Amino acid sequence: MTTYAAARPLRPAWRGFFGFNMFTALALGAGGWFLGAYIGGQIAVGNDYLLGTDQNDVGILLGYLFGLIGWLGGLGFFNYPISRLLGRPATVREKETGGWARYFTLCTDHKVVGIQYFFGVGIFFFIGGLNAMLMRTELLRPVEHAWPAGQYLSLMSLHGTMMIMMTSAFILGPFGNYFVPIMIGARRMAFPRIESLTFWLVPAAGLILLSAIAFGGIPTGWTGYAPLGTEGRSGMDAYIFAFLLIGLSLTLTGINLLTTILTMRAPGLTWTRLPIFVWGVLSTSILMALAAPVLIAALLMELMDRAANTSFYLASSGGSPYLYENLFWFFGHPEVYILALPGFGIVLEILPVFARKPLWGYRLAVAGMLGVTFLSFMVWQHHLFVSGINGGLRPFYMLTTELISIPTGFIFLNAMGTLWHGRIRFTVPMLFALAFFFNFLIGGLSGIFLSDVPSDVTTHGSYFVMAHFHYTIMGGLVFAFFAAVYYWLPKMTGVILNERLGRIHFWLMFVFFNLTFFPLFAAGFLDMPRRVSTYAPSLQTLNDFVSASAFVLGFSMLIFIGNLIWSLVFARIPAAENPWASRGLEWQVPTPVPVDNFEHIPVINSGPYEYGVEGAPPTATLGPVAVPAAGR
Amino acid sequence: MTVPRTTVGPAQVPRHWLRMVVIWAVLSAVAVPLIVLVLGPHLPPGRMTAEAGSQRDANTVMTALLAPIVVAVLVFFVYAIVVFRERGTAIVDGPPLRGHVPMQTAWVVFTSVIVIALAAWGSYTLIVSSHGAGGGQGPDPVAVPSHRSQDLVVQVIGQQWNWTYRFPKYDDVETDHLELPDNSPIELHVTSLDVTHSFWAYQLGVKADAVPGADNVAFVHTRNDGTFNIRCAELCGLWHGHMYQTGDVVSPAAFKSWISSQQTAEAPNLRYLPPFGRTYYPAPFRRAG
Repeated sequence: MTTYAAARPLRPAWRGFFGFNMFTALALGAGGWFLGAYIGGQIAVGNDYLLGTDQNDVGILLGYLFGLIGWLGGLGFFNYPISRLLGRPATVREKETGGWARYFTLCTDHKVVGIQYFFGVGIFFFIGGLNAMLMRTELLRPVEHAWPAGQYLSLMSLHGTMMIMMTSAFILGPFGNYFVPIMIGARRMAFPRIESLTFWLVPAAGLILLSAIAFGGIPTGWTGYAPLGTEGRSGMDAYIFAFLLIGLSLTLTGINLLTTILTMRAPGLTWTRLPIFVWGVLSTSILMALAAPVLIAALLMELMDRAANTSFYLASSGGSPYLYENLFWFFGHPEVYILALPGFGIVLEILPVFARKPLWGYRLAVAGMLGVTFLSFMVWQHHLFVSGINGGLRPFYMLTTELISIPTGFIFLNAMGTLWHGRIRFTVPMLFALAFFFNFLIGGLSGIFLSDVPSDVTTHGSYFVMAHFHYTIMGGLVFAFFAAVYYWLPKMTGVILNERLGRIHFWLMFVFFNLTFFPLFAAGFLDMPRRVSTYAPSLQTLNDFVSASAFVLGFSMLIFIGNLIWSLVFARIPAAENPWASRGLEWQVPTPVPVDNFEHIPVINSGPYEYGVEGAPPTATLGPVAVPAAGR
Repeated sequence: MTVPRTTVGPAQVPRHWLRMVVIWAVLSAVAVPLIVLVLGPHLPPGRMTAEAGSQRDANTVMTALLAPIVVAVLVFFVYAIVVFRERGTAIVDGPPLRGHVPMQTAWVVFTSVIVIALAAWGSYTLIVSSHGAGGGQGPDPVAVPSHRSQDLVVQVIGQQWNWTYRFPKYDDVETDHLELPDNSPIELHVTSLDVTHSFWAYQLGVKADAVPGADNVAFVHTRNDGTFNIRCAELCGLWHGHMYQTGDVVSPAAFKSWISSQQTAEAPNLRYLPPFGRTYYPAPFRRAG
């Protein structure tokens, strides 16, 4: 092992602001924006007349493009290609040592990227949540009162887009990047620079999306349907460009994790010993690598329609809105499993640790995840059941959609078998994992209504759908995320989180999550369409109840943030190396995890869930091994 | 699932399964009649049309079918985490149960049977018994009622942000209000002039996207008189929530007098309308705002 703590001359602290880091990137990004907007304004004179608009989309889009180049250049993404062109030697390491400053730079240490993701995505998730609070304020009364209709529409679209963009990387970003290499006994990801790129595209996308507020907002919700998106003001350019960056980030993340898991597993880590979380990441990566490029294609065509006067989606000039709907949902349905599958992995990873039993039906869990992965590419037209496309194919999509509940059911069976005769301890991560199953049960079964066409005719496009996907995404993914936070943060940060605050956070969040979203099923049944700022006066009591619950739900997030700040900044109680007595390989390495994770590449002796198995060898041999062990 | 004798002797094992089945049976026996008899008559969208009735039936059957499943899973979870909770503070391992092939097989078979039965029943309702169940089927519908030639054809035109209706059998008259005769087969042709809308007549049990350049057909057979709500169910811009109307199902005689009064009132406007078509291509696209 190499030593990296080489002595360096001391520098004054302010020097840290200069060099290739986030602050330089912000400055160069802003400069790039103005340069691009100026060039765009020069080359597209008259375009605004052609499109019948007072806005120059070419200028704005070129501004974003140049701004992105400045952002990436400021972070130093072009340094390595240039140095290779100049004949300098190859290396995979960049800025892996150093203190706090490396969290603001291009760093090839997967653990730094994990922490960057945790805070970066967390900040944008918080902004998305604030949008939800503002929306619920408007919905306190059935008439327009707090925000004008256009502003509500923008808030709603920003909430949806921000949440989908950020939750796509919610678990794979922080925990996938941090723990997958450790769990498979590797020292790094397969493509460390690409890994850093996938993160740094996310704040760029988040900032660009937020800039939509300055250009007239987004009128389309997160789906960006053409031709509504084509006629939207220039805020739509921000939506398209930001979502393009997220699509790129998702594709690269998928390829990176897939390659890492396929090729970099430690000796002895057979497919049946792979932690179930890694299986969840693997199946998600397949979805990301295959589905996200379709989103990029769909958005590029919408971008052309807006800026270059093409008509892919404009019926009046020979295009078809159905093309966008098909392309978008071909990405969009795998996308919702990109959100769900990591959650499955997390909860099944956590249950055996706190039930002190092996994961019940391991192979069935793997089959369930791969089954969901496979089927999720065949169901997208259930979003188009009443759109008038392929009416004759609806029974097929009804069948495939309902079939997907079979592999999802496997996950429930695994959980039930794992709890049976366990020695269950109700730690905070366990509480969140158990709540996941309650929420996902309701969310999943409400999906059966939506998959059945006769029932879907009523519920399609209503608040029923909205309640359904909040139960699966917020009740599923976000609860799994918090389970992972409370479970793994002691390893990531080296300090323990306050348990009492954690329990208060859990109970407030669980109770008020259900009080917020369960009544919305009824709102959908009582003919309240999605995405409206005004509604029938008879539904005001229901909506007021939901809004009040939503505010408490929002408050529970503040408790979490308070806990995080208290535990990380003030209390700083050091965590034990393995506080949960877990057999997982990630808990066998020291805290804080060394830059190279392992002094020697570990040799895996047994699966990670051998609780209560007499004579089970330790999960891995971490010391030097004379002869590498055979595969099985 | 069996428990190894080494950890717990058979005499000490409470009859967990029996207890859970009893709890489940009692709760289900309460829940299912409540759902069918009390909740069912309130489930959407009512019985104003044959299609709405089939949707209410679908909602009722699925709620009643899913309730015992929810109860079963929840009873298991709650029972397990109450009974098998660790009472001490020490970390003790449980028995190393890894799976139970007959139980896993039974679970797979059981869920598969339910799912395939639901899909088959939904397809039967959709295609055979309910003629599309009120949903938009596109320009060439596959589930067509046998009496299609006698249908009253109504074209629904969505635009930002209102609905209008054209009646090709009544001189192509275009109205801004919808009345329909009771006990009659209706054929709705939904299209749009600008962006994608979705025509949602709640009590009629009709939902069909209004897509520019597309003719989306939905069949509905009215039964009872009454007022129904019309909403837009696909985001269409600023005043999406205001695309709200009510329509009426009335007796055929009342419908005849209403439509003839509309023909008289709208006659001067008729020559400004484009000729009746399945779709309309409006003026070249212009950016809003």
